[in-house]
Amino acid sequence: MSQIPLGYLDAAGQRAQIILPLTWFTLGVSILVCVIIAILLWAGVRRARLSGGAEQTRTVEVLRGSPGMRWIGIGVGISSVALLVTLVWTMVALARSSAPADTPLTLDVTGQQWWWNVKYNAPQPDQSFITANEIHIPVGVPVLVRLHGGDVIHSFWVPKLSGKTDTIPGQTNVTWLQASQPGRYRGQCMEYCGVQHAHMGFEVVAESKEDFQRWREHQLQPAPAPRTDQQRRGMELVVYRCGLCHGVRGTTAAAVVAPDLTHLMSRRTIAAGTLPNGVGTLGGWIEGAEQLKPGTLMPDQNLTGQQLTDTLAYLETLQ
Amino acid sequence: MKAAVFRTPHIGPDSVAHQARLLSLWEGEPGLKGFLSTVDHKKIGIRYIVTAFVFLVLGGVEALIMRLQLAGPNRTLLTPEQYDQLFSTHGMTMIFLYALPILSGFSNYLWPLLFGSRDMALPRVNALSYWIYLAAGLFMYAGFLIGAGPNDGWFNYVPYASRDYNPGLNEDFYSLGMVLLGISTTVGAANFVVTAMRTRAPGMSINRVPIMLWGTLTASVANLLVVPAVSLAFFLLWMDRQFGTHFFDHQQAGQPLLWQHLFWMFAHPWVYVVVLPAMAMVSEALPVFCRRPLVGYWLVALSTVATMILGFGVWVHHMFATGLPGLGMAFFSGASILIVLPSAVAVFAWLATIWLGRPVITTAFMYFASMIVLFVIGGVSGFMTASVPVDWQLTDSYFVVAHLHYVLIGINVFPVLGAMYYWFPKMTGRLMDERLGRWNFWLTFLGFNLAFLPMHLTGLWGMPRRIYTYQDGMGWNTLNMITTIGAFVLALGVLLFVVNVFKSLKSGAHAGADPWGAATLEWSIPSPPPPYNFSIIPTVASQHPLWEDRLEESRVRSSIDQGMLLDESKEMIATTPLDAQPDMILEMPEDSLAPLILTIGTSLIFVGLLLKLWSLAGAGAVIAIVALVVWLWPQRELREREPEPQAPHTEVAHG
Repeated sequence: MSQIPLGYLDAAGQRAQIILPLTWFTLGVSILVCVIIAILLWAGVRRARLSGGAEQTRTVEVLRGSPGMRWIGIGVGISSVALLVTLVWTMVALARSSAPADTPLTLDVTGQQWWWNVKYNAPQPDQSFITANEIHIPVGVPVLVRLHGGDVIHSFWVPKLSGKTDTIPGQTNVTWLQASQPGRYRGQCMEYCGVQHAHMGFEVVAESKEDFQRWREHQLQPAPAPRTDQQRRGMELVVYRCGLCHGVRGTTAAAVVAPDLTHLMSRRTIAAGTLPNGVGTLGGWIEGAEQLKPGTLMPDQNLTGQQLTDTLAYLETLQ
Repeated sequence: MKAAVFRTPHIGPDSVAHQARLLSLWEGEPGLKGFLSTVDHKKIGIRYIVTAFVFLVLGGVEALIMRLQLAGPNRTLLTPEQYDQLFSTHGMTMIFLYALPILSGFSNYLWPLLFGSRDMALPRVNALSYWIYLAAGLFMYAGFLIGAGPNDGWFNYVPYASRDYNPGLNEDFYSLGMVLLGISTTVGAANFVVTAMRTRAPGMSINRVPIMLWGTLTASVANLLVVPAVSLAFFLLWMDRQFGTHFFDHQQAGQPLLWQHLFWMFAHPWVYVVVLPAMAMVSEALPVFCRRPLVGYWLVALSTVATMILGFGVWVHHMFATGLPGLGMAFFSGASILIVLPSAVAVFAWLATIWLGRPVITTAFMYFASMIVLFVIGGVSGFMTASVPVDWQLTDSYFVVAHLHYVLIGINVFPVLGAMYYWFPKMTGRLMDERLGRWNFWLTFLGFNLAFLPMHLTGLWGMPRRIYTYQDGMGWNTLNMITTIGAFVLALGVLLFVVNVFKSLKSGAHAGADPWGAATLEWSIPSPPPPYNFSIIPTVASQHPLWEDRLEESRVRSSIDQGMLLDESKEMIATTPLDAQPDMILEMPEDSLAPLILTIGTSLIFVGLLLKLWSLAGAGAVIAIVALVVWLWPQRELREREPEPQAPHTEVAHG
């Protein structure tokens, strides 16, 4: 089942693990109830001696029959027990799934049409940075995620790690992630948010504390300076055109309307989990975002072939 | 006013001359004018049913197109915008234009017949309710047809529905259309409440009413309480969009969550509104095929009301992921779990009725009996979403889509199809074909379950609802293909139903007054019923007026052949709400064009508001006011007359 990226019948994180047994319990009770009722119904209907239409119905004499209140008593009685257990378990799970008091790492995630802005906070401002659509967390550490609505309502969901929490403009919601084992966990926007709701995925990468620390230090670096003329021409294009919406730290492109590109090539996917990252797909995306993700807010760039090659040459250096 | 004229209704037996006299009083005008001005509850009821069924078919076609798009990953049959309008219109159609109106149609048609009465309490309001429903449906579909259908789902969350993100006319069509539809729902509900309370036959005290009363009455009271919330919400949204008010605008201290509260405060009770009357139809008709009275009548009636009362306190379970405080969520979670109990009462009452009766398998019976299992499946999946932590995983996935289709198709469409097989002979005088009926049943049953049972797994495997396509490798390909195939099988079943209706209309076996050997009053009069329904007003002595000889519950008998004649003018009897004692002779209105003209005026107001053509809105208002004045102008013939205090109606009425 772990091959199902968004399946939640297996869990790899603390909060999902609190929920999972309750999910199985309610699912089990539900299936059991359906089976029992179906058998009762089937056996009851089998008692019918006649099948037909109006004529057959009329011929069977009406009887007063026994009142049958015991059926309701027993049925409702047994149901009550299952409901009561669920009720108590729900309250316990609800209490247990609130965020732990001590969370060493706090992220601010903003849902935008149709991507995720991720800010890593640190006490010292120079230790904070932003990235997009790929969230790295250390295994075994509870990570507090503050959720903000950038435009419309979205819902932040990493099923293997945690349940959904909406990102709502004008309010800050809170959820938390704690991975039990390293891995890449798929996340997805789950509240309908417009034409590209379907393509608003992200990834959570859970890794060892050392790997996470390495990643974090790397992310704090500004973009490397261009080394070739081609890269330099590419950088100018990126700053003057992409820079209207995107930011690249280390250059004058500092906009935050669209995903931060400083370490673009370190991410596995582009366009919010829509395409695998690589020079080829990146080129296709820059030239034809509208075809790949109709309705996306990224405009087609109409670059010349040379300009596109230059741009890609620079973007490739943003490791 | 009432004191003006006292008159004691004549009591007597039926006669041909009496019937001819009633016919001349009650028969509507022929031709187009008669068609447009009728206030006959039977005609209006059938119009409701036909119109709602057309919307069901439209919504079904929309669903099939979506299923083609979703049959495999990355398909490009539809653009995202087309898909969004389709799923939103599908939801709007099924939930608002099909699910309640079809039940209102049955209640409209059946209530006066079940109650031994001649019409709804407020016949012109009844006509108004239908016309406005039709107008609202056309209004909203007009948007869809010009490419401006709703595009934010049926629950239409802000800010996406606000002008900043949704500049077209789409949301204006939807908002104003919903306000317009709210008028229809409200006046219709008021009419049902008055009809249930005041126009039951003498002797049909509150403990003898057909169980169907409880479903529609409960739903109608709920509508009166909750429709204002959604009308207000949509009106505020329209104001936000068109006049820059800030009710939902967070940048100006408005609240996006206010929308969700107002909407779900209405929309969760609405779920019960569209299932309780259907459940009541099952409770009414299933026992006929089990050849015994319903087990636990009173518990079922009470559980209907209890469901609704609890149903007012569960709306937040649609909002468990919005970051509300835990304590509040715990309360709503508890209420949502406990609401299973009254539903369990109904389920076990039906099962016991089958077990303790002598079931006869007919197509109608198969629809009603299979509905019990579908109801349970839709119920337990709802119970899962009631648990907050579980819901954090389930919500907005295809699990919820599967759940709501088990609720709406299982508890609404299946009972409706069963009710069609059961009451079609009363409406048309002809029985539906049972052999075609079996095919019809099995195709709908198997197609439906093939489409929606695997969808629970699609949901558990994380597929988000409302996505126009999905990527390969998510594990959803096979499941979606199965659902698409099931959807088409289901559609084939519905098509067969339509074929059966037309075939049976032409060549179905003649039904006679009481083809099923049933218990309630509608089966004591000819099929189809004459315009006046009952030539003499029956006096009711038990819950099962036509089964009294066989049930032997008491020695008193209902009086079917002898009773009030009420043939001096177009009149019927009003009775007291609880004891159903004769109280007043009601002078019923003649056919009238006022409801239609009022509808046209009101619709013009809404078109004017939509297009910001204030002069058109003004003209509509003038037409509406004139129609209202004509409607309400005092008429001497419509004075109500009260029988003398000790009206000498038959003693059995109090038996």
